[in-house]
Amino acid sequence: MIEIFGLCRKVGDRVLVNSVTITIPDGTIFGIIGPSGSGKTTLMRMIDLLDRPSRGTITINGTRATGDKKQQLELRRKMGMVFQKPIVLSTTVFENVAYGLRFRGVKGDELKTRVLEAIDLVGMSGYGDRYAPTLSGGEMQRVAIARSMVTHPEVLLLDEPTANLDPASTTKIEELIRTINTRFGTTIIISTHDLDQGQRIAHRIAVVIGGMITQAGTPEEVFHRPMNSEIAKFVGLENIIDGTITKTDEGLVTISTHGKEVEAVSAGELGSQVFISIHPDDITLHSGLATENMSTSARNCIPGTVTVTTLSGPFVLVTLDCGFPLKVIVTRRSVEELGIQPGKEMQACFKASAVHVMKS
Amino acid sequence: MNDIIEGFIQAIQLIVTLNPEVMEIAARTLMISLSATLLASLVAIPSGWWIHFHEFTGKRVVINIIQTLYAVPTVLVGLFVYLLISSSGPLGMLGLLFTPAGMIIAQMLLVIPMMIGLVITAFSGVDRTTIDTITSLGATGYQSMVTIIKEVRFAVFAAVILGFGRAISEVGAAMMIGGNIRGYTRVLTTSITLETSMGNLPLSIALGLILLAIALIITVMLNIVQQRSRT
Repeated sequence: MIEIFGLCRKVGDRVLVNSVTITIPDGTIFGIIGPSGSGKTTLMRMIDLLDRPSRGTITINGTRATGDKKQQLELRRKMGMVFQKPIVLSTTVFENVAYGLRFRGVKGDELKTRVLEAIDLVGMSGYGDRYAPTLSGGEMQRVAIARSMVTHPEVLLLDEPTANLDPASTTKIEELIRTINTRFGTTIIISTHDLDQGQRIAHRIAVVIGGMITQAGTPEEVFHRPMNSEIAKFVGLENIIDGTITKTDEGLVTISTHGKEVEAVSAGELGSQVFISIHPDDITLHSGLATENMSTSARNCIPGTVTVTTLSGPFVLVTLDCGFPLKVIVTRRSVEELGIQPGKEMQACFKASAVHVMKS
Repeated sequence: MNDIIEGFIQAIQLIVTLNPEVMEIAARTLMISLSATLLASLVAIPSGWWIHFHEFTGKRVVINIIQTLYAVPTVLVGLFVYLLISSSGPLGMLGLLFTPAGMIIAQMLLVIPMMIGLVITAFSGVDRTTIDTITSLGATGYQSMVTIIKEVRFAVFAAVILGFGRAISEVGAAMMIGGNIRGYTRVLTTSITLETSMGNLPLSIALGLILLAIALIITVMLNIVQQRSRT
């Protein structure tokens, strides 16, 4: 288990990582997601004890890192790290993978067996004698993973391992990460700015924005119930609108937003400033201005004027001006049947449970 | 003109017939310069490593001084070592003046700054991520140094070869510290100086050709190393 408490790193006047506190249980794939420059790499480097924290503590499997050189080496030898830029040393694939073992004094047959096992693990059997710098980026990154895994680390740190790779290589690396986690029970910490990747492979996710962990939880929690508008924007939620809670009633709140009222299933304090988000999939469009004739169970129906329609694969993304822009995804058939086109007056309807309320 | 042509013919005869005096001087020259280069490498490579990979006050000044010393005249190094090891100098009791050992020291001091400078340049070509990769693989400080030197081995080797080139071709320090004693401290360059002044052109030309051949070998080796480092 890795326990990080109040971790900060400051370089000059710049705060790169600020008061990060997280616990990473054994055997999990822990995703650290955030935009570029948010402090993910610095956090990973501090965990691998490459960078010294300005404040805070890191405890790895019960041993608290003190900064003592000898202890640092011992702790680091329990971990492996793969960097964003695929790095191989100027020698063969075999020798590249062997480095960590040689540093630990492993020799002879044991070294050979373990290196070949690691090369096999990353699907590169037969590449042992190849001069590593001539490999492709994806292959180099797999060599880097084999080089880290050959020492059987308890923790594997992967810093944006697929950022420079093509989609096919990315898929291979992701499969490899899952295999390593399930076969060896290795705790894997992966940083990525690729949200889909985080969602695909991580058991738990921490969102880092501006050097701080703004939310940590399961991918479901982070991607569908972001805690604030900044996270919502980062995870790609649409229709993020600001408003004020004007009424609360047994788990139902009414939010006044840009002259309209929206009901949402949520708790909240009267008068508090909030943001709401509504997934474009959860909104239906209806013709006309009157709501009486509509057979819908939606508690919210807001009038608006279509401003833009954009093709989005088999669907159409319709933007309405409701006093605020509202994006709705409809089928092409609906567009034809309802005659959706710019300038048309429509009603956008959605359930109170489809509205996600966030702190301002 | 005939004298020069005659001199060349005699020189080639001296080399082809493995003239004992020519061979003895060439062998001593190689022994002194190779020893000086080897010892200088042992000092320059770890020093270059230390200077490049450690932050300390005055680092820029140290690097500037090293770069200035690249072009230090050999006679100045000769003078410095002379003052150091002459009978009234601080190391006078070691009796190194006019000995091959004294010449080795002088050549070492001559090439160390250049070698350190070139080694620093070699290390500055190493990517930060490469160093982090080696550290994260669990290398100790020493293992890290050896691995990084291996990584830039061609550039480090080039620094050693260039150091050897400067050592073997210098004449000022060799003359001042060695004294050009026949059969003891006479090397190719000092010998050429003396024989030319004495009008013994065939011997001078023979020794010059050998020096030229060594320079050629150095250049060829350097080219091979540089080509390999690009592949």
